[in-house]
Amino acid sequence: MANGEREVGVDAPAGGFVQLLTPDGERVDSVTTADGTTYSVSFTDDEYRELYKDLVTVRRLDAEATALQRQGELGIWASLLGQEAAQVGSGRALRPQDMAFPTYREHGVLYTRGIDPIMPFGLFRGVDQGGWDPNEYKFNTYTIVIGAQTLHATGYAMGITMDGKTGNPDGEAVIAYFGDGATSQGEVNESFVWSGVFNAPIVFFCQNNQYAISEPLERQTRIPLYRRAAGYGFPGVRIDGNDVLATFAVTRAALDNARNGQGPTLIEAYTYRMGAHTSSDDPTRYRIASEVESWKAKDPISRLRAFLAKQQLADDTFFAEVDEAAKTLALDLRERVLSMPDPQPVSLFDNVYPTGSPEIDAQRARFVEYQASFEGSDH
Amino acid sequence: MTEPDRGGKPQKKTVGENLSLGKALNHGLRRSLENDSKVVIMGEDVGKLGGVFRITDGLQKDFGEDRIIDTPLAEAGIVGTAVGLAIRGYRPVCEIQFDGFVFPAYNQIVAQVAKMFYRSKGNVRLPIVIRIPYGGGIGAVEHHSESPEGYFAHTPGLKVVTCSTPLDAYTMIQQAIATDDPIVFFEPKRRYWEKGEVDLDADLASAYPLHAARVAREGTDATLLAYGPMVRTALDAATAAAEDGRNLEVIDLRSLSPVDYPAIYASVRKTGRAVVVHEAPGNLGVGAELAARITEECFYSLEAPVLRVTGFDVPYPAARVEEEYLPDLDRVLDAVDRSFGW
Repeated sequence: MANGEREVGVDAPAGGFVQLLTPDGERVDSVTTADGTTYSVSFTDDEYRELYKDLVTVRRLDAEATALQRQGELGIWASLLGQEAAQVGSGRALRPQDMAFPTYREHGVLYTRGIDPIMPFGLFRGVDQGGWDPNEYKFNTYTIVIGAQTLHATGYAMGITMDGKTGNPDGEAVIAYFGDGATSQGEVNESFVWSGVFNAPIVFFCQNNQYAISEPLERQTRIPLYRRAAGYGFPGVRIDGNDVLATFAVTRAALDNARNGQGPTLIEAYTYRMGAHTSSDDPTRYRIASEVESWKAKDPISRLRAFLAKQQLADDTFFAEVDEAAKTLALDLRERVLSMPDPQPVSLFDNVYPTGSPEIDAQRARFVEYQASFEGSDH
Repeated sequence: MTEPDRGGKPQKKTVGENLSLGKALNHGLRRSLENDSKVVIMGEDVGKLGGVFRITDGLQKDFGEDRIIDTPLAEAGIVGTAVGLAIRGYRPVCEIQFDGFVFPAYNQIVAQVAKMFYRSKGNVRLPIVIRIPYGGGIGAVEHHSESPEGYFAHTPGLKVVTCSTPLDAYTMIQQAIATDDPIVFFEPKRRYWEKGEVDLDADLASAYPLHAARVAREGTDATLLAYGPMVRTALDAATAAAEDGRNLEVIDLRSLSPVDYPAIYASVRKTGRAVVVHEAPGNLGVGAELAARITEECFYSLEAPVLRVTGFDVPYPAARVEEEYLPDLDRVLDAVDRSFGW
C-alpha cells in the first residue's frame, strides 16, 4: 500500500472512518473501505480555498445568529457549530438537479445551495414557519418533528424513478439529513425499508453529533449507526464528519451511485455538536468540559487552514480576507434580520387550504371586525 | 356495448348503472387514473389483491405497478412517502386498510400533510387523498370498526369528507383527487355492498360540490343530521317516523371539514329540532360541535335542545355486542321522541 493511502473497514470499530484530511492538516491520498471502494478527491487550489471560505462563512453566520438570539432578536437558534464540514462537504457534493431534505440545523447546506442565508431566519425569529418553495431552491422546508422528512425524501426519490430520471450521470438524486437521535424513530427506519425495497435514488446523511439534546449515542444504538444499513440491504459508510474532503468524496460517490440507479446509501458523518442543542439548552448539565476540549482538537476549519498553510495555498492575508468577508456577510445578515417586519395579525388566516374554506373566511372576517372594534386601532 | 380505451381497459357503457358503493369507488378511482397520469394509488394489498375490500380491484392490471403501488406494511411510510411524491408533483391516493390502522400514520397526517401548505406560505400543495374504510357493523375484531373522523376534522389544514351513497362515492372520490387540498376520505365500510344508481359519464365539473351537505330526505318536523354509514340509519328512522305522522328531514353532511353550516341552519330554522347521529363516541365529537353551532346560530328557532345519538364513550366493543353500541333506528327514534317531549 502506497504512502498516504489508508485502508479502513466498513466494519471498523469506533473511530474507523473515511478520512482524507487529518486533524493536523495532513492529506491522505485515498481511502479504501473493506468493500473495495476507494475514495479520494482532486481539488484545484482554488477549490480548496473555496471550501475554506464556505466553512468560515457558515460558522461566522451561525455565530451571528447565536448572538442575535442572545440579544432577544431570535426566539431560538439551532447552532451548527462543529458540524460545518459535514454540511459544507455534503452540500457541495450535491449537483444542481439534486434535492435536499434538511432537518432544522442544515444552515450550512442551505448556504452551499446558493440560497440567501436569511431564508430560515423567519422561522427562528417567529415571523413565519419557513415559507419557502422547496422546488425553487431544491431544498425542502425545515422539518422539526424528528425524522419525518426522511419519508418525504424517500417519496420524492421514488418520484424521480417514476419520472425516469435515474440510470444515467445526469439523473437526479436526493439527500435526506437527520441526526443520531432520529435513527431511533420508526419513520426513519421505514424510510430505510422503503428506499431499499424501491431502490430509491437517495443518500441518507446522518450527522452523528453524539447527542440528542442530552442523550448520548449509547441511548440510541448498540452498534455503529452506519452498520444499520446492512439490515436494510444497502451500503453504509462512516466518514470523519469533521473532514470536509472525506465528506465531499463519499457523499458525491453515493449521490452518483443513486442517480445511476444503484439505490440508497447511508452515510454516518461522525462529528460533534460543539454548542448546545439549541439556544434553550444547557449542555453543561450532561457532558464534561474535557470531552468538548478533545473535539476542539479535531476542528473542521483549523485542519483545512493548517493544510492550506502547509501547502502554501494560502497566507495570512487570505485568511484575514476570508474572515473579513464573512464578518461583512454576518453584519449584513444582522441588519436584515433586525428589519424583518412582524406579520400582520390577520395573515395568520392565510394559506390554511389551497382552495380556501368558508370557515376560515368567516373566522377571518370576525377577527378583522373584532380588531377594528378597538378605538384607535390601526389594525 | 363498449367505448374506446381511455388508458385502461375498455369500459362497459354504464349510464345510470346500478352499482354497489364499493364498485362506484372503484369506477371513480379508475376514471381519476385515466384523466391524470400523476394520480397514483398506494397502500397495503391494493395491487394484485385489489385491496381487502376490493376497492382497487383490477386497477393494477390496467394501470401497472408504478401507479398502483403495493407498499411495505407501514402506514407512516404510506403517507410520508406520499408527501414526497406530492412535492414532486404527483397526486397520491393512499389507502389505509382499516380505520384503526391509521394511527401509525397520524404524525404524518396531522404534523406534515395538514401543515405543509401553511408552513411553506402556500408554496407546497399536497393533493393527497387518504382513504379510510371506517365504522362498525361488520362483526370484526378490535381496530376494524372505529370512527376516528373527529381527530382529523379537528385538525386545521385537512379537509374531511365521507360518502353515503354509490353516486356520492363515485363523484366525491374524483373530486377529492382533483382538488389541491389534502383530503381524508372516510368510506362507510358496512355500506360498501349497498347499491344505487350511478351515472358513470356524469361531468365532474357540474357535480354536486364536494363540501356541500345534501338534503337526503325533505321533512318539516325535525332534522336528523347524519353522515357516512348513519345516513341509511337516519333515512330508515325517518321512514318509520312517517308512519307515526312525523315528517323528518335528513341532512347528509358529506363534509366534516368544512361543515356546510348554512345548509344545517336552514333546515333547523325550518323544523325547530335537531338530532345528530354518529357512530363515533359522543364526548367532544362532531355532534358536540354541531350542537354548539346550532345553538349559537338557531337559538330562537329551537323548540328543544340539540340531541345526540352516538356511540358510547367506551372503546369499540366486541362484535357480539356491537349492535348495542351502534346507533340504530330505535335509538334515533327515541331521541326524536325526547326532542318532541321537551
